[in-house]
Amino acid sequence: MTTIANASSGVIGQPMLRREDPKLLSGEARFTDDLKIPGALWIGLVRSPFANAKIISIDTQDAKASPGIVAVYVASDLQSEWAGPIPSAWQVTPDMKSPAHYPLASGKANYVGDPVAVVVGNSPTEVADAVALVDVSYEELPAVVDLEEALTDANVIHEELGTNKCYVWELNPNPQGIEDAFKSAAHVVKERYIQQRLIPAAMEPRSVAVVPSPMGGDYTLYSATQIPHILKVMTALTVGISESKIRVIAPSVGGGFGSKLDVYPEELLCLALARKHKVPVRWTEERTEGAQATIQGRGQVQHIELAADKDGKLLGVRADIIADMGGYQQLITAGVPLLGAFLYHGAYHTPTYAFKCTGVYTNKTPTDAYRGAGRPEATYAIERAMDSLAKTVGVDPAEIRRRNFIPTESFPYNSPAGLVFDSGNYGPNLDQALTAVGYDTLRADQEKRRAEGSTKHLGIGLSFFVEMCGLAPSRVLASLNYAAGGWESATVRILPTSKVQVVTGTAPHGQGHETVWAMIVADKLGISVDDIEVLHSDTSIAPHGMDTYGSRSLSVGGSAVHIATERVLEKAQKIAAHLLEASEDDLEYQGGIFSVKGSPDKTMPLAAIAFEAFTAHNLPDGLEPNLEATTTWDPPNFTFPFGSHIAVVEVDEETGKVELLRYMAVDDCGPRVNPLIVEGQIHGGLAQGIGQALYEEAVYDSAGNLLNATFADYLLPSAAELPTFELGNTVTPSPTNPLGVKGIGEAGAIASPPAVMNAIVDALSHIGPIQIEMPASPERVWKAIQAVRA
Amino acid sequence: MKVSMTVNGKSVSRDVEPRTLLVHFIREDLALTGTNVGCDTSSCGACTVLINGESVKSCTTLAVQADGADVMTIEGMASEDGTLHPIQKAFQENHGLQCGFCTPGMVMASYSLIKENDHLDEKAVREGLEGNLCRCTGYHNIVKSVLAAASEMGA
Repeated sequence: MTTIANASSGVIGQPMLRREDPKLLSGEARFTDDLKIPGALWIGLVRSPFANAKIISIDTQDAKASPGIVAVYVASDLQSEWAGPIPSAWQVTPDMKSPAHYPLASGKANYVGDPVAVVVGNSPTEVADAVALVDVSYEELPAVVDLEEALTDANVIHEELGTNKCYVWELNPNPQGIEDAFKSAAHVVKERYIQQRLIPAAMEPRSVAVVPSPMGGDYTLYSATQIPHILKVMTALTVGISESKIRVIAPSVGGGFGSKLDVYPEELLCLALARKHKVPVRWTEERTEGAQATIQGRGQVQHIELAADKDGKLLGVRADIIADMGGYQQLITAGVPLLGAFLYHGAYHTPTYAFKCTGVYTNKTPTDAYRGAGRPEATYAIERAMDSLAKTVGVDPAEIRRRNFIPTESFPYNSPAGLVFDSGNYGPNLDQALTAVGYDTLRADQEKRRAEGSTKHLGIGLSFFVEMCGLAPSRVLASLNYAAGGWESATVRILPTSKVQVVTGTAPHGQGHETVWAMIVADKLGISVDDIEVLHSDTSIAPHGMDTYGSRSLSVGGSAVHIATERVLEKAQKIAAHLLEASEDDLEYQGGIFSVKGSPDKTMPLAAIAFEAFTAHNLPDGLEPNLEATTTWDPPNFTFPFGSHIAVVEVDEETGKVELLRYMAVDDCGPRVNPLIVEGQIHGGLAQGIGQALYEEAVYDSAGNLLNATFADYLLPSAAELPTFELGNTVTPSPTNPLGVKGIGEAGAIASPPAVMNAIVDALSHIGPIQIEMPASPERVWKAIQAVRA
Repeated sequence: MKVSMTVNGKSVSRDVEPRTLLVHFIREDLALTGTNVGCDTSSCGACTVLINGESVKSCTTLAVQADGADVMTIEGMASEDGTLHPIQKAFQENHGLQCGFCTPGMVMASYSLIKENDHLDEKAVREGLEGNLCRCTGYHNIVKSVLAAASEMGA
C-alpha cells in the first residue's frame, strides 16, 4: 500500500479566513431566539428571592387570570411529567451525596433564582406580567454562603442528606513519602488562595424552543447549547420520551465557555410543556435572570503546600481544596474541581504528590464547567506558590521554574498523580518568552522606578502552565466515574456531484469548525475547501457526537475527520487502481487526481471516482458502492499544551489601581491547523483570565443575594481595559493523535490569572509580602498595601 | 400607537404598544433578527443600530422615539448585491469575530466611531468601543478590524 492517504497539500497551517463569517456579519445567521415559530407559547419562571427558604404556599390565581396566560404550574402539577431528576453525570465517589433536583423546586428553594413555578402564555411580555402576579409565601431560613462555614453543618441545606458535605475525593499514592518529604524539606511554602465565583457571560443568553412534529410524536428541540448530543440523551431520560423521538438542533450559538454545557430546567420544561400542550413552547433568558439561572464557574478555597530542598527543588506538593457546588448538582458540577486534581504540581517534577477535594453545598447558583474547568484553579495555586517559593529560596521566579521543570527527556512523563504527559519542551519555551518580553530590561526598569521613588511600581509576573485537555480517553473517564465516553465521530462523504460532505459530532459555538474541518479534508484530498461542506449540531444529520468543551474539538473531533478522510481516500485508491487497470502501489495522487506513475496520460480525478462509486457499474469485486467513511475516534490520552505567560503591570501605590501594560503569551499547542483561529482562541481566553484577576467576581451577601447580577454591576472587561496581546509560539507535537495537535481553547484563561496576580505581588515586593486575592480591585490592592505597612 | 420610519432605506409603518422597545420592533415587527439583545441594562451594545447616522442602543430606545427617523441595522450594511461593507470585510479579514453574537452591534458602533473621528488610533478605538462587550475575542482582533476599516474608509 502506498502512502497516498498520508500526503498533505499544504492547506494545514494556513491562516484561512473563516467561512462562518459572512452570515454572522450580515445578520443572516440565526440564533435560537431569532427563529420564527408560529403558534409558540412562551414560558417564564417564578424564581425564589430567598437563598434558603421553605415554600409555604403558591397562589397562582391572579397570574392565571392575567391576559394571554394559558397555564401556571407549580412543582406538584408537573411531577408526573418527569421520568427522572435533572441529570448529574458525575458521581465522583460512590458515597457522594446529591439532593433530588427537578425543574421546579418543591417544598424548599435553595438559592436565589431557584425556579418555583412556571407561567405559560402567548407572548414574553404577557408572561413577564403574569410572573409578577404569582404570590409565593416563603419561610426564610438562614443562608449558607461561606464554604468553610457550610462544612460545619451548623445549618444543613438539604435535610435529607444530613450534611452539606457532598463528597471527599482524595489522591494520595504515597502517604508516607509525602510526609517524609515535608519533614526533610529545607523550605516549606504554605498558601491559601480563593478562587472567586465567576459568571461565564456568553454574549448570547440561553434560549430554547421545542416544536412538536405534526406527525409521529416527535419533537425538535432548538437550544443555545454546546452539547446537542448529550442534551438529546439527557432530555429523553428526564422527560421520558424515546431518544429516537427527539431531534436537537443547536442553531448559531453565541458563545458558551462551559455555561451551555449543561441540561437546564428551562430545556426540560419547554419539552414537557410542548408535550402537554401539543404546541411549540419556548423561552429566552434575560441577562440578569441568567446571572442566577445559568451555572457559575470556580468557587474554591485552596490550600497548597510545597516542600523543597535547599536549592528550591520540589520534594512534594500537597493540595487540599474546598469546592463550592452551589445549591444542587448540575451536569458535571462535582467533577469540575477534579479536572484539576492531577495538575497542582504544574509543569514541575515532584517525587511526591497528594490532593484532596471536599465538595460542599451552599445556597448559591450551582457551579459547573467554566473555561478551563479545574485547570485554571490548579494552575493558579501552583504558579502563585512557585513565586512564593522563589522568594523563600531567594531566586528569580524564572529560575525557580527552570530548576523544577519536567526535563524534556522525561517525556512521555509519568506524573506522580498517575497521568502520562504526552510531550513537552518547557525550558526553550520559557526562554523564548523571557527574551521576547525583554525580561532583563523590564527588571532594570523596575529597579530604576524604585530607585527614583516612583509611586507607580512596575511588576512582572510569570506563569508557566501545563494543562490536560482533549476530553478524553473513555477509559480514563471511566476511572473517574464519569457517566459517558470521550470519543468523537466523523463521516466524510464524497457525493456523486463530487461535493464533499463532512459530518462531525462536535458542536461549535464560535470556534470555526466549519472552516477548520474543511481545511483538514482539503489538505488530504487536495481539493478546494469551497467544495467541502461541514455539517454539525443537528442530531438528525450528525447522530453521534460528544460535542464541544474541554479543548477537545480539534484533537478528538478533528482527528476523527482526518481519519475518516484517509479511509475515503484509501477506498478511492482501490477504485482508481481498478479503473486505470494499475496496481494500487503504482498510483500517485495530487491535486484531487490519481495518476499512474510513469504514464502521465492515465489519470482519474476523485470526482470521477466518486461518480463511479455512486453508479457502482464497475467497481472492484467485493467493494461496497459509494465513497463514504465513518469513524469514531477515542483518543488514547489527553493532550498537554503548555506555555509561558508574562504580565507586565503598573500598580499605583496611592490609589491601588492596576494597569496591565503588556501581556506576552508563548503557547505550545503543537502544530496549528489555522493559526488565525488559534490566536483568536488565545486572545479570548486571556481576556477572561485577566477578567478573573482584575475585575470579575459574583459577589454574594450573607443572605445569599447575588449583588452584581447585571452587566452594569458585573465587570466584564471592555476593549478599554485590555492591551494588545503579544503572542509567540513553540511547536511540540502530541504523539497521541494523528494531527499532533493539542487543545488551545482554554489555555489563555488557565495561564493568565496567576501571571497578573504574580505581577501585582512583584510590583509591590519591595514594600512587603502583599496578601491579595482576585479580583485585584483598586480597593483590595490599596488595603493590601496598608496591611503590610501597618 | 402608529410609528413610521425608514429602516435600511425602506419605509415602514406599524401599530405598536407604547412600551415597545426599538430593538423588539426591529426584531419582531420587521423580522430583522441581526440586531441582538445581550443584556437588560444597556451595557453590552449587541443591539446597537444607527439612528440618523448615529449609533444608538436600540434596547434603551422606544420604537416611538424613532418615529420619523432613518434607521440602519446590520442587514442594511452590505450592498444590494451582497458585497460586504468595508467594516464587515475588515472584521472577516482580521478574524474580528468568533461566535458572532456581539458582531452586528460591534460593526454598527464601529461605523459611527469611524465616521465621527478623523484620526483613529488604537487607544481611541478601545475607548470608543467601551460600550460594546465581546466575550470571545479579547477585543484584540476587533481593534485591528476597526483600524483596518478606518484606513480603508479614509478616516
